[in-house]
Amino acid sequence: MLGYITLLLLCQLAGEVAVRLVGLPVPGPVLGMMLLFGGLVWKGAVPEGLDGAAQGLLRHLSLLFVPAGVGVSLHLPLVAQEWLPISAALVGSTLATIMVTAWIMQRLAK
Amino acid sequence: MSPAADLQAIWVYLATTPLVGLTVTLVAYQVGDWIYVRGGRNPLLNPVLLAVLVLVGLLTATGTDYATYFEGAQFVHFLLGPATVALAVPLYRQLHALRKSLLAIVTAILCGSVTAAASAVAIGWALGASRQTLLSLAPKSVTTPIAMGISEELGGLPSLTAVLVILTGILGAVGGAFVLNWIGVRDWRARGLAIGVAAHGIGTARALQVNEVAGAFAGLAMGLNGLATAVLLPVLVELFG
Repeated sequence: MLGYITLLLLCQLAGEVAVRLVGLPVPGPVLGMMLLFGGLVWKGAVPEGLDGAAQGLLRHLSLLFVPAGVGVSLHLPLVAQEWLPISAALVGSTLATIMVTAWIMQRLAK
Repeated sequence: MSPAADLQAIWVYLATTPLVGLTVTLVAYQVGDWIYVRGGRNPLLNPVLLAVLVLVGLLTATGTDYATYFEGAQFVHFLLGPATVALAVPLYRQLHALRKSLLAIVTAILCGSVTAAASAVAIGWALGASRQTLLSLAPKSVTTPIAMGISEELGGLPSLTAVLVILTGILGAVGGAFVLNWIGVRDWRARGLAIGVAAHGIGTARALQVNEVAGAFAGLAMGLNGLATAVLLPVLVELFG
């Protein structure tokens, strides 16, 4: 288990380093995810310990967004200034994005 | 020393350690999750939303600033990185489904990506938002670190973008299921993709709680949408800006 937690961190670290070296427009952890995905495809199976480590982290993924969410309180005055266009844009755009993506996927996927 | 002075001394000590910030984050989230489960898993009772409301209330009531709180909360925040890497595991489990409909997936994500940015900017512009707000709004469906980078490159306000990204994520996680039921999309792959494109990691977290297939597709959509937006948005702004 400890070895696989280290593997997750190593993938992230490799991602961070590669992003900065090459100047890619993605964050390190996303590249790290792609690296691990490539490794799994190459290996052809998920090791049991990795499965445990990943599930442990992902079971409470929502929790990990809470500290950043609390940061919203810092900028509320800024948002309050233009609350109408901002809230309409967020609600309308989220609605439209979900509808467009889901419709196209449902139409095209077999 | 009087009991009140004792308490004061304890508080002064605790305020300098990360223990309190970390503990209240875990407690607030579990309170939120308890309410969510008790409320019949109603999406409106989203645990992230509830925990954020509780914590913002608590910080305001105790006069604690965000930086002090974050000294403790950063340990939770840090785990986002390895958790993002770990999304490769559920994604790999969907390898077969991915291969089967790769073209559909890429098309749906690209269209969703353009819709997210274009509709947000169009609505904001029609209602009179400032140029800086519009540029900060454009990348709001993308995961926070990418969105902030894009916003900076476009000439938006990265810290405002971070707020809009979080609000969008909560909005998508809370309202996504209603919209998808309303338009009658039952396919878990399509539901996951839609939530991942519209509401990045917060939506993905929510999708993972509901269904493993939806969670894997949401994680994939989050990653590809980030990539697509980072490449497309500067070009679109150049063309229309």
